[in-house]
Order: sequence, then C-alpha cells, then structure tokens
Amino acid sequence: MSLATRARPAAMALGLVALAAVPVLASVLDQPFYVDLFRRVMIFAVAALSLDVILGYGGMVSFGHAAYLGIGAYAVGVTTYHGVSNGYAQWALAIVASMVVALAIGAISIRTSGVYFIMITLAFTQMLYYLGISIEEYGGDDGMRLATKSQFPGVLDIGNPAAFYYVVLGILVLFLYLAHRLVNARFGMVIRATKSNEPRARAVGFSPYPYKLIAFAVAGGMCGLAGALLVNQTEYLTPEFMHWTRSGEIMFMVILGGMGTLVGPVVGALVFLLLEQVLSAWTEHWQIILGPFLVLVVLFARRGLWGLLPPGAGRNG
Amino acid sequence: MGEVLLEVRDLVKSFGGLIATHHVSLDVLAGETCAVIGPNGAGKTTLIGQLAGDLVPDAGSIRFGGADVTALRAPARSRRGIARSFQITSVFRDFTALDNVALAVQAHAGSSFRFWRPARRDRALRDPALEILESVGLGARADVLAASLAHGEQRQLEIAMALATRPRLLLLDEPVAGMGAEETQQMIRFLGTLKERHTIVLVEHDMDAVFTLADRISVMVYGRIIATGAPDEIRANEEVRRAYLGEDAVV
Amino acid sequence: MTVLLIVEQVLNGLQYGVMLFLMAAGLTLVFGIMNLVNLAHGSLYMVGAYLATFFYTQTGSFLLAALLALPATLVVGIVVELVALRTLYERDHLDQVLATFGLILFFNELVAIVWGRSALYTTLPAWLSGHVVVLPGLRYSVYRALVILVGLAVAILLWLVVSRTRLGMLIRAGASNRTMLSALGVNVTLLYTVVFGFGAALAGLAGLMAGPIYAVQTGMGEQILIQVFVVIVIGGIGSIRGALVGAILVGMVDTFGVFVKPMLGTVLSPVAADSAGPAIASMLIYLLMAVVLALRPQGLFPTRAS
Repeated sequence: MSLATRARPAAMALGLVALAAVPVLASVLDQPFYVDLFRRVMIFAVAALSLDVILGYGGMVSFGHAAYLGIGAYAVGVTTYHGVSNGYAQWALAIVASMVVALAIGAISIRTSGVYFIMITLAFTQMLYYLGISIEEYGGDDGMRLATKSQFPGVLDIGNPAAFYYVVLGILVLFLYLAHRLVNARFGMVIRATKSNEPRARAVGFSPYPYKLIAFAVAGGMCGLAGALLVNQTEYLTPEFMHWTRSGEIMFMVILGGMGTLVGPVVGALVFLLLEQVLSAWTEHWQIILGPFLVLVVLFARRGLWGLLPPGAGRNG
Repeated sequence: MGEVLLEVRDLVKSFGGLIATHHVSLDVLAGETCAVIGPNGAGKTTLIGQLAGDLVPDAGSIRFGGADVTALRAPARSRRGIARSFQITSVFRDFTALDNVALAVQAHAGSSFRFWRPARRDRALRDPALEILESVGLGARADVLAASLAHGEQRQLEIAMALATRPRLLLLDEPVAGMGAEETQQMIRFLGTLKERHTIVLVEHDMDAVFTLADRISVMVYGRIIATGAPDEIRANEEVRRAYLGEDAVV
Repeated sequence: MTVLLIVEQVLNGLQYGVMLFLMAAGLTLVFGIMNLVNLAHGSLYMVGAYLATFFYTQTGSFLLAALLALPATLVVGIVVELVALRTLYERDHLDQVLATFGLILFFNELVAIVWGRSALYTTLPAWLSGHVVVLPGLRYSVYRALVILVGLAVAILLWLVVSRTRLGMLIRAGASNRTMLSALGVNVTLLYTVVFGFGAALAGLAGLMAGPIYAVQTGMGEQILIQVFVVIVIGGIGSIRGALVGAILVGMVDTFGVFVKPMLGTVLSPVAADSAGPAIASMLIYLLMAVVLALRPQGLFPTRAS
C-alpha cells in the first residue's frame, strides 16, 4: 500500500471527523449558522448520492431527480397540515411515496433510452411541479409554512439544531454504507455492467430492465427521505423543491464531486453549496458566474474533484 | 453428430429497402461446427444477430433444442444456452478480465436481486470465472482492466464470457478479425479444442480458420444461402467459386 | 355559444401549437443532425423575446423590431454554437445536458442584469390590437390570428426547404446517417453552424411573437422548452412532421385544459372540481406523453430503427 492508495480513505476519515465536529465548533465560535449550512449540505449530499446510484453506477441520466425531493417534502408537509406529525410515519411515507412515483416514472422512461430518457424524466418532474403549484389547499404557488417539525416523542427533538444535525449525519453515513453494499453486490454489478455495455450485458443473459427499474425506485426512495429532511430544515413547503433547475443542480453536484464514486456526490454537494453561499453573498447575480463555471467543469474536469484523488487498489467507491 | 440443435426456417430480415436475410434456412447438428462464409455485406452478421436474439426477424422461425425461440430476445436466449461473440469486440471495458467472466457466470447463477454480499468476494462466481479464464489462457491477466488488454486478449476474453454462460451453442462472429498471423494461428488452435466439446456457428473471413475448423460450410451471398456442404464440396462448387471464392482467390 | 367557445379554443390551441412547433422544429433538427441535446434552445427563445421588446421600445415600430430581433437572435445563436456547443458534439448526452444547463443559468442571469427581474409587457400597435370576425359572433385577436398564419407559413416553408432543396437533402441525410455526410464531401462544420443558426432563428421568431401574448421574463424559455420536449417525445426525435403533429396536439390539449374544471363539475361537487380541475389540467400534456410512450416508445413518427 503506497501513500497514494490511502488518499481516499484518509480524506474520508478526515471529512467525517470534520462533519461531526461542526456543531461543536459552531457553538464554540458562537456561529449557529454553520450548523444550518452544513446540515443543508448533508441533506443535498443524500439527494446527490441517490442520483449517483442511478447516474454514476446505472448510467441513467435522470434530469428529474428533484421530483423525489418534492414528494418527500410534500409527504411531511401535507401530513403535518392534516395534523399528523409523527416523524416515523412521515419519513416512512416520504420514502414509500417517492419509491412508488419513481416506479411509475421509471416504468415508462426506462423502456426508452438516451435523450428520450432525459426529456421524459424532466417532463414528468415538471408535471409534478405544476401539480404542486395548482393545489391551492397546500399553498399552491406560494407554498406553506410547516407548522411543526417531524415529531419523535421521547426519542429526540429535531427542533434542537444539533440533534437534527446528527440525525442527518447519521442518515448520510448510513446511506453511504447501504449504497456501498448495493453497488458492490450482485445487483449493483448488473446495473454497472449495463451502464458499461448494455448489448454485452444482454448477450451474457441479463435482462437489464427490472434491475434498472428497482435501482431507479431505490434512488427515488433515498431522495424522498432527503426531501423529508429538507422540509424540516427549511420549515417551509414549496413546489420550488421540484423546480427543474433543482434537478440540474443535484446533477451538477454529482458531476462536480465525481460520479460513479460514493463520496463524490458528498464532496460535490459541499463544494456547490459553499460556492453558492460565497458567491450569493458577493453578488445577487451569482448565477452568471455559476453557469460558465458549470460549462468549464463539464468541458475540463469530467472526473470530478474526488476523481482527482488516486483510487485505492481495485476498489470502487 | 447428433440430432438437429438449431433449426432455422425461412428467415427474412430487411432494413428499409435492403434485404439482409432472404429466406435463409439452416440446420445445425449437435456437436458440429458450421461455418457461414460470404463476401462483405452478405448478411452474415445480421444472421448472427437474429440467431442471438438481438434482431427480430421479419418472418421465419428459429427453433433451438426443439423449442421455438423466435420470439425470445437476447437475454432469454442466452439463458437457454445460446452464447455469442461480437464482430467488433464487445467487453465490459471498465471492469477487470475476471469481473467480465464473473458477470457472465452471475447471469446464469440465479437471480441477481441480491443487494448485500459483495459480488467480487463471492467464491461461487469468482472460482468458476477464474477457471474459465485460465482455460482460455488469460489466467495471468485476471486483474487487468479489459480495456487495457491487447486486442487478441480481448477476443479471447469474449469467448471466455461466452463459455461462462455454459452454452449449448456458440455463435462466433469473426473471432480472428483484426489479429496478426501468429495470434490467428493460436486462436484457430484454441477454437479447435473448443470444437471438441461445443456446437459452433462460425462466421469468418479467414479461409484458413474456416477450412480447418468447419465440418460443414454454408455460403451466403446477398442475403441468401447459395450452397451448403462439406468443405471439399464447397471448394469444388462452381457457383461458389464464381460468386465468392473467385474474387478473393484465397483458397 | 358553446360551439363558438370551442372554435375559439381551437384557434388558441393552434396558436400555441404553432409556437411550440417553431421551437420543436429547430430543436429536433439540431438533435437529429448533430446528436446534441440543447437545453439552451429555450434561452434563444427568451433572447428573441427580449430583443424584440427592446427594439420595439427603441424604434416604436413593431415590424422593424421583429426584422431586427430575428437576425440578432440568429447571431446570438451562432456565437453560442461557435463558443460553447461546437465542443459538445462529440460528448455524451450527460455532458451536453449539463453544459447547456450552465448556459441557461448564464442567459437567465444576463437578462436579469440587463433588463431586471420583473416581467416586461408589450402593448401592440393599433393595427394589430383589433379583432377579426372569424365566424358570426366570434371575434378573434388580429395578432393571434397573425401568429397562426406566420407559424403555418413557416411550417410550409420549412417543409419546402427540407424536401426540395439541397440543404434539405443534406439535413435529411444527416438526420438518418451522419457519417454519410462527410462521405459526401460536405463541409460538416459549416452545415452544423447553418442548421444551428436556422434553429436559433426559429426559436427567436417564436420568442418575438410570444412577447405581446405572454410576459417577457427571465426563465420564460424553460417553461416552453419542457413542453417542447413533450412535443418532441410525442412526435419522435428528428422528425419535422412529428414535431408539427406533436406541437398541434400538445397545443390543443393544453388549451382544452380549461374545460376540465367545468366537465368535472358535472360529475363532482363544485368544491372538488375547483381543486381537482386545475391540477388535472396542468398534468394533461404529460399524461398524453405517458400514453403515447406506453403505446409507441419511439414516438408517433420514429426516424431511426430502434
């Protein structure tokens, strides 16, 4: 083992320690804002990770991943509105509802490929966005405030910023581990092989469709939980969670960090949101910088930031 | 030679105005090596594509092992025991050689809806894969990325993947294409050992390979099979000489 | 009364349909020939709308503004092609989507910097703001009628160009087989630029005509772009005919969404119809897309073998 092959594990360990230390440092420095910021980073990291499972490992260029963010958020927002704020029920609903919608969208879109797939996933997400806008009862265009955060009576109170922070960190680490098992198990090998060379995968006897569909649904469910977390973070439910630019941003996080690696999306979410933070503090028109930056990353830094670190021997993720 | 393993009847396939397969009928007996030769554009690869299930014929039927498989697509035919190699090398380039073969083993080792145990540490996949890789002479290259293998090695890898599916029929589409003289001879010798144990449909331009390996030869021109027979009969066939061998004059 | 309302909605659907077609035609050609997924196509529509509005306020002449905005959008399109898109032809769809997404962010923000974030509205000149009598009892906006006529005229022109000219022959050849073009000795780089500029001009035309009907604002391009995707998916990628049929279909279905609420009102309670009506109306074209895809995954007029 050379130093180089340890670069990734070392960076991961460092990153984890740093993330765990954020609430402590924030309270020492009396900057509670950072707890919020890094919690937001981790929520988007979960969303980006879920997209990477189908995009980086499965080769499915879904331009509609924000749909599941929105469904997860609505699952919490709508139940709260109707007086149910039990967190277990809400979060389970967020996951299940997102998976069901992903199954439906996936069932239609995975039958197609290439550019059709991109356009269809984008279009269906836009449909859900307009659906959100048209339902006046849940605030329509304007959205509505979340009356109470998800409740976990007797166990924890996510109204406490640090407690909520560690819940999100726990979920992120758990999902990283689950995704690691998934992509390296037989199931993961099938979708990766299909991404690598679909005619070949079919010729050796795999029927890719059901595997892709299940992967698509699993990713939808993961992202649904991210949506449930996000609405608890913002305490505001809005169709904007499903806006098509959000899908583009999540996709950019994956590419920026390095797709086809598990840590990459986390790095991407971190860099993207910090960049947004810094640039938007500097100018209201920060997207005029972000846009060309995105183009440059695509043209010149395809492997992403995590891809710049040398990979460990023979391992992925 | 046993009973008929593959029975092709009146297969028709056209693309737009171009008829690539024109009422092709073909029988392959269990245990034999049947070569399909013909000039470029004769429709050989299209034929292989239909036999493998990648292309859907417009008309006609394909029976395999006594069952009608015409409606089955490639994955289902692979599970029935039809394996193929591609004319243009087709491997999982960003996986190691061993991964490539292990994937082929996995595709025939029950459901892949297994979400937990790492496939790369699964002896049930790795052991047979390594054994097959060694049998084609790539044992020492197991951990090399497929994309980094030499051209000839990639072709061997493709055959290893086909073998890993435990096929009853091998469809080989120009296995020695693009190989140097030395590599070609090696491959022919290797295919000679395969021929002992497998039923093979071989599409090939290299006449040395064809006449060394084939028990029977079918000649395809413009989508039709114009002659079928033992190698000596084909060599002596006037029509074949005119339509094909005369041009190349390699025999 | 109802018949007149239906006729009016048919005209509105046609009007929206031809605008969708102008967008879809350029996008589908660019995809068919260059194999490029250009999300920034909507930005060209927006640029066309802004430039037309700008020239109109400067010159006071609607016609002159249109004549200036069209070539200006074409130039913007060609610059975008030369600077950014040209390098993307050889990349995969993911790269194209992301890079053109970056272009969208850039253009939306640029427009916001130059013209501000609030929407611009155009007042039509007198000769366009009147109404024509289409049927006894039905008066229809002169301007919208003009949009329909221009759109149909462009559709016919486009059909003539594609089916009768050498350029059209190259376009058709390129849409079905790109390698053939270079084999024919065609200057592919030039052809790409021409086709892209062509598409940009069509998007600009749609944009400048949209100005007086819809609000001119940043982000307007993507609203229509995603519906144009629906059009293309329904019609079949690379097919002009498919784009036309898809555009009219989507235009009609979207327009007839206004009838969902009253129709639901006959079976549901008014309250339920009030809340479900808009929701269903907003989803109609996407449901149409889902149905078409379920029946014909390659769209109504597939151009390539699967």
